[in-house]
This record gives sequence, structure tokens and C-alpha cells, in this order.
Amino acid sequence: MSVDQSDITKVALLARLKIDEADVPQYVDNLSNILGLVEQMSEVNTDDVVPMAHPLDAAQRLRADEVTETNQRDKFQALAPQVESGLYLVPKVIE
Amino acid sequence: MHTKTISQLSAALRSGEVSSVELTTLFLERIKQHNPALNCFITVTEAQALAAAAAADQRLKAGNAAPLTGVPIAHKDIFCTEGVKTTCASKMLDNFIAPYESTCTAKFRDAGAVMLGKTNMDEFAMGSSNETSYYGAVKNPWDQARVPGGSSGGSVSAVAARLAPAATGTDTGGSIRQPAALCGLTGLKPTYGRVSRFGMIAFASSLDQAGPVTYSAEDAALMMNVMAGFDGRDSTSVERDVPDYSADLNNGIEGLKIGLPKEYFGEGLDDSIARVIDAAVKEYEALGAVVKEISLPNTGLAVPTYYVVAPAECSTNLSRFDGVRFGHRCDDPQDLFDLYTRSRGEGFGAEVKRRIMIGTYVLSAGYYDAYYLKAQKIRRLISEDFRAAFEEVDVIMGPTAPSTAFKLGEKADDPVSMYLSDIYTIAVNMAGLPAASIPAGFADGLPVGLQVIGNYFDESRLLNVAHKYQQATDWHLQVPKEFQ
Repeated sequence: MSVDQSDITKVALLARLKIDEADVPQYVDNLSNILGLVEQMSEVNTDDVVPMAHPLDAAQRLRADEVTETNQRDKFQALAPQVESGLYLVPKVIE
Repeated sequence: MHTKTISQLSAALRSGEVSSVELTTLFLERIKQHNPALNCFITVTEAQALAAAAAADQRLKAGNAAPLTGVPIAHKDIFCTEGVKTTCASKMLDNFIAPYESTCTAKFRDAGAVMLGKTNMDEFAMGSSNETSYYGAVKNPWDQARVPGGSSGGSVSAVAARLAPAATGTDTGGSIRQPAALCGLTGLKPTYGRVSRFGMIAFASSLDQAGPVTYSAEDAALMMNVMAGFDGRDSTSVERDVPDYSADLNNGIEGLKIGLPKEYFGEGLDDSIARVIDAAVKEYEALGAVVKEISLPNTGLAVPTYYVVAPAECSTNLSRFDGVRFGHRCDDPQDLFDLYTRSRGEGFGAEVKRRIMIGTYVLSAGYYDAYYLKAQKIRRLISEDFRAAFEEVDVIMGPTAPSTAFKLGEKADDPVSMYLSDIYTIAVNMAGLPAASIPAGFADGLPVGLQVIGNYFDESRLLNVAHKYQQATDWHLQVPKEFQ
């Protein structure tokens, strides 16, 4: 399995990663090589195998629907690049 | 004093032979002296360390000390430590002061252990050589032209050079065991779910597990007694009693059934490594163990499967770094899309971007079944191999890594060749099993690690098996010349 330049551009868009035009050929090479390695999987018959999502096949633990966290907005927002009146600021989204 | 095990330091602190402030000062001095060359610390927390040491001395004096009270240790910079810079070795988090404490580091803090600082690592734990760090490569104390392994390279290099007597690491595909092997230390990856992942920055959530990096198995047991346990704040934490990991260290191993997977001794393994592993197995036979050849037929599929599962989970986990709430934000974003893409493009390094791209690709529309679902099915086959093997044997042994430490830069431009250096460790993460790497000798002056894989929650037996070997040999006590 190999990928081409348009695959790289599409995946970078999906991943919200800005990739320099000049680096695209290297991504084509690297990803094609890695997918070549991964390709070995297709030789295995897995028709009746149940997919394994968790090493111990454990189910997600549930808890009571109660508020357990305290409000730490100010503490967390102290780390943010830009805040105002308790809100995170980003460039204008809606005209 | 700087070459003593934490078991010995714990005793020395109790007897009053040394104070925690004296010990902490000694290791801080050693860090100052050697870190410029080795680059194993990203942050040294000198002031906090000295304050914690003074508090530990009070606690020792008051007679309510725990075994690790006053013992200096280092933490991998993947654990959030409140009020201390926590970077995961990424430019993305270069400005991140963690607002809370991880469960793992909190347990060490509460036990009175003294944090010396935060250790260097591969960026977001993605790498096998510690060359992907935003803060530069870490050097191997046995040969500074070589890599220490990764991703817990800083922790391992620091302990190997005796800049800290023990450290924490994390292991997603071999990131504790492979560097421990390359630097001549004891490293343990516990069963998935045994140590809380709360506050440990996520790479691949179904594989990540924290564990200790120490000189000896006896020390690893002391660390595990602190780290292990259920945590309600980690949804994959296992509710199961924690044994005293020191209790079974001296049990006899006569009649222990050791399985040697023939797939771990084939093509790709350096002859010099094979010779060291053979000699270690002979030592076990001399100690009364019984050796049997076994087969783990799906071994060759572990690396390909891992490079679907781990990047898929990483691309999902790392989507939280968006330049909005914390972490790096690009200058002067034109719109929200520009803010996301440039912040992420600038904040992540090459290997992290590569893995996000692979993960996004295999999860994208039309490919999910062919890649991620297929990988999860093969993951089950890999686990079934181990399940069958453990019906016949008590532990599985083999090499930890296919070669000794390679030269800096040697594999940096060839991701696939780098990935294959984890060929013997990755299957263990896929299955969620515990495994240790212990020093077993040298090849051309460089350390070689023996991997010991156990059944689920069999950490006590692994430590017992490692300890008996360390009672009969002294490979684990070798110190690189410059750091003696």
C-alpha cells in the first residue's frame, strides 16, 4: 500500500496539521514505508476472530452520576494563550 | 553513596548514616556535573527537592517514615507534577506548568520520596532512541556516541550514570525495557491497568503503562509497592489487591518452567546478544529452572499491528492539543483553521506528526475495517499465543532488544528500521502482560538485557525470578567507568 501527494494533503487536513509543501514528498515516502510494514497484516486470516479493544477484555467501569469535580476554571485558564471574562478566545468564527 | 541501591539508601537513612538533605544535595551536584553532557533532565527541581528532603528528615526523625521516605528519585517528564513544568519533551508543552499531580507521582510524594527533577524522553514517548525530544538527544553513559534507547531514555541514562538512584518510566511498546537493556538496568513494565494512568500524558491509551527503572529487582519491588494500585480516576485501572512485591523475592526457583520462544532467537538477532542470553539461561538452569522451547507463532505480526493501533490512538489523544486551552499557539492566527493547523504544525516534531498522519489515515473513512479493526483482531491472536504458552511454562525469556545501543543518528532517518528495534517488546504491550528487562552481561563493552515475560498480574514472580539471578550475578551492579 502506498500513498501519494494528494493523500498526504487530505490526511494533513483531517489531522489539522500544517505541513510544508517541501516536506510532502518525505511524508509520501515515510507513510508508504510504514504502510508497507503494516501490509503484512493482510496475509492473516482473521475471519472468526473477535477484535480485542482492551488487554484484559474489561468493560468500562461506571460511576454514579454525581458531581465530583470542583470548579477550577481560573486555575486552568491561567495556562491558556488568550482568555477574557472566563472565556477562551479564538479568532472570529461567525461574521 | 551514589552507587548504592535504594534498598541500601533506605536503610542508611533509617540508621542515620546519612540524611535525606545530604543525599539529595549529592545527587543534585552529580546532575549539575554530568547533565550538560548526558542531557537526561529537562527540568531539575532543586528548591522543591531540598524542601522535600528536609521534610523527609523530619519524618524519619519522628519515626513515621515509609520505605522510600527521603530517597531521591527522578520522574519521566510525561507525568503531570503540580506547579512544575511538564513538557512530554514537546515544544507543544514547553510552556505548560501542570495544574494537577498525576496519581503515580502523588503516591511517591506521599511516601516521602524526593523528586530531583523531570527526565528527558522521546517527544510524547514516541521513539526508541530518545532522539525525537524537542530538548535534544540523550546520551548513553556507557558510550556517549550512542543512544540510551527510548522513550524513557532520560530516566534510564540518569539512573545508569548514578545521577538518580531510581526513576519512573512509561512503556507503550518497550519504552522502559528497551532503554533499560541498552543502559544495563532493571526495568519493569507492569500488567496493563496495574499502575494508574491518571495524569500521565496519553500516547496510546490501550497500551501505556508506567513502571520503575532501577539497579535491582529488589529496588523495583520497593518502587512497585508505591506505584501499583487501583485508582478511580483512571477508567482502565484494575480493581485488584496489591501484593507486597518484596515478600516473594527470595523464594526458590527450583523447578521454575522457562519458555524460550523460538521466534525470539531467529533472524535479526545479533550473535553477540544471543550468546549473552544463552549464558543467562544456563545460569537459570544452574539455579534449578527447567527450560523448554515454545512457539509464539504471531510474533512477526506484533510490530505491524502496533503501528496501526498505537498511531490510531495517538492521533485521537493528541487532537486535544489545539492551541486554544493550553500549550503552544501560533502567532497571529488568521482564522480558527489557521490557528489549529499552524499551532499543531509548529508544536509537534517530525516523528509525532508522522504518527498522527498514520493514525488519521488508518482511521479515515473507508480504511477503518482494513486497518484498525484488522489490527484489533490480530492483537487477539498475539494474546492467544501467550495464553497458550503460559499453560506450559511459568515465565518466558528472550532478548529485550535485537542489538546493543546503536549510534546517535544511525536510524534517525529510517522510521521502519527504528520501529524494528522494539521487535521483542511490543507483543507484550499488545497482550497487556507484565515483563522485565534485567542486565545479563555485555557485548563489545555495551550492556545486554534479558527479557522476562510473566502472566497477568505475576509481577511478584518476575521480580523473584530477576532477584534470584541478581543474587547469583553482578551484571546489575556494573557502573560505567566515568560515573563510578
